[in-house]
Amino acid sequence: MKRLALALRMLRRNAHAGEARVLAAALFIAVASVTTVGFFADRVQAALDRQANELLGGDLVVIADHPVPPAFLERAREENLARVETRTFPSMVSGPGGTSLAEIKAVGEGFPLRGRLRVADESMQGDGEIDGAPKAGRAWIAVPLVARLSAKPGDRINVGRASLLVERVITREPDSVLDYFGLAPRVLMNLEDLEATQLVQVGSRITWRLLVAGEADAIRRFDAAVRPQLSRGERVESVRDARSEVRVSLERAQRFLGLASLLSVILASVAVALAARRFSQRQTDGAAMMRCLGASQADIFALGAWQFLALAAIGCVAGTIAGYGAQAVLAQWLTGFFSVALPAPGPMPAVKGAVIGLVLVLGFTLPPLLRLRGVPTLRVLRSDVPVAEPSSLVAYGLGFVALASLVVWQSGDLKLGAIAVGGFTVALGVAALAGYALIRAVSRARAGAAGPWRYGLANLRRRTGASLLQVIALGLGIMAMLLLTLVRTDLIAKWQASIPPDAPNRFAINIQADQLPEVKAFFKDLGLSNPDLYPMVRGRLVKIGERDIRPADFTDERAKRLSEREFNMSWADRLRTDNQVVAGSWWKPGAGPEFSMEEGIAKTFNVKVGDTLTFDVAGSRFTAPVTNLRKVEWDNFKAKFFVIASPGVLEAYPASWMTSFHLGAGREDVVSRLVARFPNLSVIDLTAIMEQVKRISDQVSRAVEFVFLFAIAAGLVVLFAAITTTQDERVFEGAVMRTLGASRRQLVLTQLAEFLAIGLAAGAVAAAGAVGLATVLSERVLGVPYEFNWVVPVAGLLAGGLGVAFAGLLGTRKAVDSPPLAAIRAVS
Amino acid sequence: MDATGKEHELRQASPPAAGQPDIVRAEGLTKQVSTPDHDLTIVKSATFRVRAGESVAIVGASGSGKSTLLGLLAGLDVPTAGRVWIAGEDLFALDEDGRARLRGRLVGFVFQSFQLLPALTALENVMLPLELAGQDDARAKAQAELSRVGLAERLGHYPRQLSGGEQQRVALARAFATGPKLLFADEPTGNLDSATGAQVIDLLFDLNRENGTTLVLVTHDEGLATRCDRRITIRAGEVSAG
Repeated sequence: MKRLALALRMLRRNAHAGEARVLAAALFIAVASVTTVGFFADRVQAALDRQANELLGGDLVVIADHPVPPAFLERAREENLARVETRTFPSMVSGPGGTSLAEIKAVGEGFPLRGRLRVADESMQGDGEIDGAPKAGRAWIAVPLVARLSAKPGDRINVGRASLLVERVITREPDSVLDYFGLAPRVLMNLEDLEATQLVQVGSRITWRLLVAGEADAIRRFDAAVRPQLSRGERVESVRDARSEVRVSLERAQRFLGLASLLSVILASVAVALAARRFSQRQTDGAAMMRCLGASQADIFALGAWQFLALAAIGCVAGTIAGYGAQAVLAQWLTGFFSVALPAPGPMPAVKGAVIGLVLVLGFTLPPLLRLRGVPTLRVLRSDVPVAEPSSLVAYGLGFVALASLVVWQSGDLKLGAIAVGGFTVALGVAALAGYALIRAVSRARAGAAGPWRYGLANLRRRTGASLLQVIALGLGIMAMLLLTLVRTDLIAKWQASIPPDAPNRFAINIQADQLPEVKAFFKDLGLSNPDLYPMVRGRLVKIGERDIRPADFTDERAKRLSEREFNMSWADRLRTDNQVVAGSWWKPGAGPEFSMEEGIAKTFNVKVGDTLTFDVAGSRFTAPVTNLRKVEWDNFKAKFFVIASPGVLEAYPASWMTSFHLGAGREDVVSRLVARFPNLSVIDLTAIMEQVKRISDQVSRAVEFVFLFAIAAGLVVLFAAITTTQDERVFEGAVMRTLGASRRQLVLTQLAEFLAIGLAAGAVAAAGAVGLATVLSERVLGVPYEFNWVVPVAGLLAGGLGVAFAGLLGTRKAVDSPPLAAIRAVS
Repeated sequence: MDATGKEHELRQASPPAAGQPDIVRAEGLTKQVSTPDHDLTIVKSATFRVRAGESVAIVGASGSGKSTLLGLLAGLDVPTAGRVWIAGEDLFALDEDGRARLRGRLVGFVFQSFQLLPALTALENVMLPLELAGQDDARAKAQAELSRVGLAERLGHYPRQLSGGEQQRVALARAFATGPKLLFADEPTGNLDSATGAQVIDLLFDLNRENGTTLVLVTHDEGLATRCDRRITIRAGEVSAG
């Protein structure tokens, strides 16, 4: 305890020194960054967990793409379980002032079995929870429909052929915690009215659900009885396995934000290492004196360690408080995704922040502490006695291992963590090599420079290690900023520009075969171009070759998902112009049964040209070989099919048709008229989806930018730490130069030359990295060739050169302003 | 043993300490360092004793090895050959921490450059050795010690807020705070002007007398050396009685 008290007293005084502040600031930023994301993720997780059985609307749900087998209902009755059936499907609805695509949910008596809906009445003033669901002839509509249909409680809306009275407005549904991907707003109606809508037709995308609730034992028995009887297209979901795609996507987003927050941790570790090293250097003589006064090596080590731990505690507590505040900002920005208030976060993120702070301190202050411990006592008599430096490879190796473990822990996945560690290491390596080459080149060029500039550039070379560190830290920080600001807007603008102005912006689906001539005539009458109509048959892939398809056989999430659900298949005699055969060849006229598969899905299922596929369509099976693989343009907003059959294979099966068309601004009336004429049609507005995607991407990138702000702050701390590392040396050199007659201007120029060179090198590394990454993103992810934009390197060089020169001069003004003798005394 | 193989026996010439036990005993103490060209012997096989209560000046020209000898006697450095006993304890039979503990128990130091910890106040600097020795009433003792050196009003001042003379007085208070049996002083007036230096030396000798401490001081100040009971002269590493 005495050591602790003494250490705290020493720290109180040392706190005024730059290195203690740098260390605390670095830890503060690292912990704030990690806890911001941590607290936010915790709130989302809590919301998802809390809503899990409400999300289901019952304790257990049987979900099917066809009517739920009566045997399951019978079994639920035997177990005395409460039960209710629902049907959900997309459809157009129209009201007094407009039409909109909606997600219809027709529910039986007793819905919901778990959770309650929140609804607002006619006045729309406030909302409250309500039991049950609409009675026959009534509809409850989601908030967005009030504006889109100009319908309020008391008005009537049309769902298919049925006319329903709007009774209430749904403000929250138990089974949609997130309206993230729910592109169409909800219409809740009674199951009794479903038939009157006449919407349940061939090819309709209806999902049947049987919700059950009751005693836990009864639920378990029901689950055990039903699961073995499930056939294709049927599945059971309980609270335990209710892992929706939304949940998976959100978890992935959290993981990404978590990794982004680690960039600040990594930069902070550099600052901690630098600050701890300088701390140890400045304490060297004091430690020797204490040894002289009888302190043991353990005393010296403990005094230093307590000071670091106290600084860590300050940084962690302040960082956690800041993180708690900052997560509120994050939640505010991402609030559009959530239809419910997020619960308060738990304490775990704070614990995690503390662990990260501790790991940073333990991993990166140990080498300086060991150095201090081994200080020769003789230094009290002779200050030139050298201090043994611990092997930096072993010492900082420990730090690297600590950091790598943190990355793996934060990513929550060994593979992802290993990739991130590898990625960071490679990025650091490349930045280091590039930085080193630049420093060498610049210092070589110094021969041609005038007086003070030459000295400045010579210093750059002499302090290669410190200079390199500054270049890397700043380069990574500037690169993150360039990518998030200039490059991102640039890429999005390019991608949007790559979509032709007359590209289809509406899909019409669910067109029945007997409506085809009328639909064509409708388009013609309105002066729209003749629509391309594509047949669509829903079938399930049941075999590849002789191998049965079972979801459990796939590890790939997409393959698992696709193997569970029905595909939309089509048939065609000719290859469409926006498709391209990449393997095999398109069928000849009059050929037998053949399949053409999209190359991506073929890869997912590991299907090659020559393999045979067996599909189940409406209970009957047929088999044909895959004779070609197609590459499909995914971003032209036309109908796309994973599997296309040669003519003569699918025609006998029930099919619906779809088309896509372009509608200019102000022609929304076309949609209303189309739906009024053909109520079973669903029209999907792609511009709305595009806007939603853009909104989501804007919000997500703002969140990422926000997290990267911590990285920038950490980068600045590294810059400051790196500058102060060499500050004593600079002050001494400055004093010597002053004594030899150097003017203030010459001293400033010497410093300026060095910092300008470091900043420009960092800017160059950042710009090259940003352009490189942008090229990969553009060509691999967006499929748009990258066009080099001069603004990026210019902005990088300006940000680096000017920013670093300014910060550097500010940080070393002591070297210029101190009177020579005072400066020499202070250092020696 | 050095190259000459000579041993230097010191004559005992200090009546006040006669009959007292040895507080410091050096035998064949040698320090060599390697340079690229040859081995350099800084202290050559020094053998001598210092009796309890004596004051001894180690004198010699600049670079003669005075400070190296002091460092060896205090166990701050390790000899190439030879042994040192402090109050009967074989200094180099102890490990580094053992020597530190022994210093904490028996030895005080005063340095030319004061060696106060800049992070601590005057009071805290004086408390430091007491705390390191685990004493409970460190604060009270340190306050009393600072009063003795006339700095009762400057307890909360940091070293840089004190003049050179004041800093050296804090160093004296620190040195005497633990009640050491032996005080090593390395050029204690080297950084002070002559008037301040004289005051500090007066104080040093007063405290030494009051505490009954043995004083071993390194100096090139002839006036200071003559105030000591006897002197040890070192010339190019050769140690002899003065």
